[in-house]
Amino acid sequence: MGLQLDFIDRIVEGETHLKDVSLNFETGQRYVLLGRTQAGKTSLLRIMAGLDRPSKGRVLADGKDVTGMSVRRRSVAMVYQQFINYPSQTVFDNIASPLRIAGTPKAEIKRRVMETARMLHLEPLLSRLPAELSGGQQQRTAIARALVKEAQLLLLDEPLVNLDYKLREELRDELQLIFGQRESVVVYTTTEPTEALMLGGNIIIMHEGRVLQTGPTAEVYHRPATTQVAEVFSDPPINFITAEVDDAKAHLRIGIDLPLTGHLCDLPPGVYKFGIRSHHFNLVRKTVDDVEIRTTVELAEINGSETFVHFRYRNRSLVLQEQGVRIFKAGQEVSVFVRPCDVYVFGEDDRLVKAPQCPATCATGAN
Amino acid sequence: MRKRHFILVFYLILLMLPIYWMLNMSLRTNADIMRSFELFPSSMTLDNYIKIFSDSSWYSGYINSMIYVSINTVISLVTALPAAYAFSRFRFIGDKHVFFWLLTNRMAPPAVFLLPFFQLYSTFGLIDTHIAVALAHCLFNVPLAVWILEGFMSGVPREIDETAFIDGYSFPRFFLAVFIPLIRAGIGVTAFFCFMFSWVELLLARTLTTTVAKPIAATMTRTVSASGLDWGLLAAAGILTIVPGALVIWFVRNHLAKGFALGRV
Repeated sequence: MGLQLDFIDRIVEGETHLKDVSLNFETGQRYVLLGRTQAGKTSLLRIMAGLDRPSKGRVLADGKDVTGMSVRRRSVAMVYQQFINYPSQTVFDNIASPLRIAGTPKAEIKRRVMETARMLHLEPLLSRLPAELSGGQQQRTAIARALVKEAQLLLLDEPLVNLDYKLREELRDELQLIFGQRESVVVYTTTEPTEALMLGGNIIIMHEGRVLQTGPTAEVYHRPATTQVAEVFSDPPINFITAEVDDAKAHLRIGIDLPLTGHLCDLPPGVYKFGIRSHHFNLVRKTVDDVEIRTTVELAEINGSETFVHFRYRNRSLVLQEQGVRIFKAGQEVSVFVRPCDVYVFGEDDRLVKAPQCPATCATGAN
Repeated sequence: MRKRHFILVFYLILLMLPIYWMLNMSLRTNADIMRSFELFPSSMTLDNYIKIFSDSSWYSGYINSMIYVSINTVISLVTALPAAYAFSRFRFIGDKHVFFWLLTNRMAPPAVFLLPFFQLYSTFGLIDTHIAVALAHCLFNVPLAVWILEGFMSGVPREIDETAFIDGYSFPRFFLAVFIPLIRAGIGVTAFFCFMFSWVELLLARTLTTTVAKPIAATMTRTVSASGLDWGLLAAAGILTIVPGALVIWFVRNHLAKGFALGRV
């Protein structure tokens, strides 16, 4: 049961937007579509909704082929990145509109609209027009209209991207609760790995029109199948360093040696790409195994309650992520520590060879 | 600041002077007009207006004009709305060319089309009917209406259409209940442009009518007679011709600039 995509291609004017996408969406599950801009997330949502027709392949809803079926006859609700409401109707009418079209009795419409409005804190605003609302309230209205319908397929295309930081966090928490209660397929697209992790559920990683990896979100985060997945699923970008491994040590091409401990211990000799997530660089030593890199800060930026420190080591630009707001001057000397047990190892063909064990085991190893 | 103020006032006086002078003349008798130069009429009379409103050959001219102008505006809007929607939302073979060449009708002066219209309407027995003039003016107004409305419609995000279809709206219902209210200003401006063209166009309107549907502009030429020109009456008729236009402009004044840019601002 649910929605199934079979070998979907979408080509528009010679440009491939989607290539060979096959996915299975189960009813009652949450899916996060993660990919950068132009990854094909919106194209995929539009095909799932029935707004666009795939150039090749089939869309099956509950086993029935619905590939060419008009969007009007499908059970779909969608929320766009832009705040899309009917500007000439009040918030109440906006939310009620799908129910009115479906011919729901008046009392029932009122009950359901009020219920949804309560869920999204829109009650005091019901008689206003969308133009009289703030951005967050407009998007809440759009979300309410999508929720009130109780469609089998709920699609959200980067719904929070145009909202300010505070509002986004608030609404994301609420959405998580709301999604949990729904008996439909919920698909949520985002470009932000952090948002994907917060939403949990299942993840679909997309890149340039292809699906790279699918699976439970945490599992994909901990075991990215390829370097590309690791790149898409980390922000700031994961640091890749080529390393030569012999019997005793991994010689990173930036002139540091890592001991082969923990998950690295039975790594066969050869050339690998080591991936170090930015938050796995530390400014303080955490274990005796930590390798120290002495370097100077190139640039430090503060992002919310985190600080990104960009530094250069032997002509390689690397980035470190640290909790809290920290002030660094450009050119300031710092010691950066990296734990061998945090390193992802990819082969030369970009496929994952070794992933760190769960972060917990790394910590206990330190004790 | 003061200087700019002065220039503006001067410009305004320059603009208003002919209109004021017409108003001035319309409130005086012919003899009075010919006798003396007066900035403000000393002996005011409403005789000219009374004549226009009481003589059916005069006021029917206004009624005729209003009838064919309204018919024309309605036909132009009803045909241009779906056309503009198609041009703004769908891609079809030759859409851009068709859209551009629509305007060719406005590239020629109306007189060019006079003869074909006259012959065509004679054949169909449409001469001297309101619909004849209204249809003839559509040749110029429909393309303009399509252009203006397309501009306004393209300013409405396509996602609104899609959301409506996802919500289950049928196309006609979406168009009437959701889309039309969104481009209200555009429709108003378009109606204004159709109205203005049709209202002031004289050549086609006069040639295609004789008596029953005679427009006011043609009636006004009656003031020329063997005994000379009836200045006062002509001025009064002129003032009354400005009134409907001024009213329409008042209603769309906030959207006019956007309309002149064909909705593309």
